Amino acid sequence: MKRKLLCSLIAGIGLAAGGLAHAEVSGGVVKIGVLSDMSGPYADLSGPGSVVAAKMAAEDYVKQTGSKLKIEVVSGDHQNKPDVGSSITRKWIDSEGVDMILDVPTSSVMFAVAEVVKEKNKVLVDSTGGSSDMTGKSCNANTVHWTYDTWMLAHGTGSAVVKSGGDSWFFLTADYAFGHALEKDTSEVVKNNGGKVLGSVKVPLGTTDFSSFLLQAQGSKAKIVGLANAGNDTINSIKQAAEFGIVKGGQKMAGLLVFISDVHGLGLQTAQGLQLTETFYWNQDDGARAWSKRFGERHGGKMPTSAQAGVYAGMLHYLKAVDALQEDADGAKVVAEMKKLPTDDPLFGKGVVREDGRKIHPAYLFEVKTPAESKGPWDYYKLVQTIPADQAFRPLKDGNCPLVK
Amino acid sequence: MDIFGIPVQALMGQLLIGLINGSFYALLSLGLAVIFGLLNIINFAHGAFYMMGAFGAYLLLNKLGLNYWWALLLSPIIVGAVGVVLERTMLKRLYQLDHLYGLLLTFGLALIIQGLFRNEFGSSGLPYAIPAQLSGGQNLGFMFLPNYRAWVIVASLVVCLLTWYVIEHTRLGGYLRAATENPQLVQAFGINVPRMITLTFGFGVGLAALAGVMAAPIYQVGPLMGADLIIVVFAVVVIGGMGSIMGAIVTGFGLGLVEGLTKVFYPEASTTVIFVIMTIVLLLRPAGLFGAEK
Repeated sequence: MKRKLLCSLIAGIGLAAGGLAHAEVSGGVVKIGVLSDMSGPYADLSGPGSVVAAKMAAEDYVKQTGSKLKIEVVSGDHQNKPDVGSSITRKWIDSEGVDMILDVPTSSVMFAVAEVVKEKNKVLVDSTGGSSDMTGKSCNANTVHWTYDTWMLAHGTGSAVVKSGGDSWFFLTADYAFGHALEKDTSEVVKNNGGKVLGSVKVPLGTTDFSSFLLQAQGSKAKIVGLANAGNDTINSIKQAAEFGIVKGGQKMAGLLVFISDVHGLGLQTAQGLQLTETFYWNQDDGARAWSKRFGERHGGKMPTSAQAGVYAGMLHYLKAVDALQEDADGAKVVAEMKKLPTDDPLFGKGVVREDGRKIHPAYLFEVKTPAESKGPWDYYKLVQTIPADQAFRPLKDGNCPLVK
Repeated sequence: MDIFGIPVQALMGQLLIGLINGSFYALLSLGLAVIFGLLNIINFAHGAFYMMGAFGAYLLLNKLGLNYWWALLLSPIIVGAVGVVLERTMLKRLYQLDHLYGLLLTFGLALIIQGLFRNEFGSSGLPYAIPAQLSGGQNLGFMFLPNYRAWVIVASLVVCLLTWYVIEHTRLGGYLRAATENPQLVQAFGINVPRMITLTFGFGVGLAALAGVMAAPIYQVGPLMGADLIIVVFAVVVIGGMGSIMGAIVTGFGLGLVEGLTKVFYPEASTTVIFVIMTIVLLLRPAGLFGAEK
């Protein structure tokens, strides 16, 4: 009897001690939820590939730092619907102990998830959502915006194209918040650089045939046809522009948001000559190439998009902050630590997370190669210009983020 | 010269584009109308078959090296055969039941087929080049008309009119129409009605696949291409009158034109204008423009 009591006592003490040791990392594991579009128009540029990137981040972090953190990755499909996104987030945080939400394409869903994450004091590291309001008027202490945003796209492509002679523009604009913002931002850049906007047409989302709109662009005689749209809309408009001889007729296409998966889907024959802005290209240096090769082996030979690279890099930095604090329950505290630590990873290089949650790194203006220039599969881009980190993103003071005093 | 502030030349261009889109609507709604008119099945999988036609062209080119012209012939046959198998194994069990069951079954089939293709090929689509013989285009003065688009108008007009002729003016078509009115009687004349129905379904599916092959060089070959289009095509069929062959053809081209004009005057409404027309038509003529009141 006595022995039994003693045993339970010791066991009890052991349990309590064990509990104490892990008290700071909630549930003993750092649980990360990759919330993405797993089946819709953005599934190729983020989706399952983002899950692969997150798992690689978990493995690489433990291997490279010898950290004792236990990391678990779960994933969910928000179907590009804000209500679905926020209810998955609630469920994950409330009943499954998820500490951080990752990826989240589609601006409307990003904002919905950011609200929930702020309310529950967890963390959102958003790689794939686009709107620059995330670090502007809607910024909060629990969110880091990693890869790109609309301000950066507009300025990167817009000013470079105007400076190289493309001083008159016509926009094909996706008729919803993201497209309008992108058109507005780019128009400003074009005008500020001495160019002019000759017109624009608002195209309903889900349009498959762009020929009417392309004819209007052709009729405008603008030197540049700016595509303020994304995903399959961009792909279809580029493809049909080639068919109607827009580029052959002397006009140029400027894709304001183009991922490498879009270019892959189009093929170089159609996409050649297109100019675009990116913050990551798998073939940009040795570090990126080595990582991308490993990624490709696990993802059916496909090279990573910048969105997926951002998932990996953003998660590594989050883990670093959690390790430094040895805690993950207080999201705002972790994000504050992420802003304090300098970032350094093989994909985006050295950088910082700014006070408003904006991750700062250089951006690159690329031009899509011709089939003759491409040396092999996925060899698509040549570098036109590097935009240094301090110019690539909106200056801190211009965003009106309430966190910035 | 301007009409409502739009230069006549630009307007002509838009009308031509409308006609091209209309030929896709006509071809797809024709297949739907044939299937509904003769089988009483509301085939929600029609968009999926259209998508399979486009993928058929892609696979024939990339796996077997067969070009566009072979695809135009083979892809509708292959997809049509798939349709025959589905009709024999599943749809034929539903003919005695309410329309709703056929609709639900084909809707489910469409989701499954699209899911399978998405898993295999991803969501952003695959490139398919315009055949060399039809690349380039003509400068018509008021617009640049790609040769391929001109071919699409001609080819689909020919197919539509041939189908209409066969169903309305030949003996085979007569049997078909008789069989939908009174299958027992036609069977009693020694005509194999179930086989005729199977082949009709296969033919309707083949028409969808043919439209898919023709669409492949214009759009991306993607798993969702049919889902994007099917609702519009249903609206076309409803406006034309469910089951009316001529109605499907005429409204297909007509609505293409209306949509093209909307894109000039008020682009934001271009995806909804067809549904506005559908509402008006249903209020005034519940059976559709060409439909027979029953």
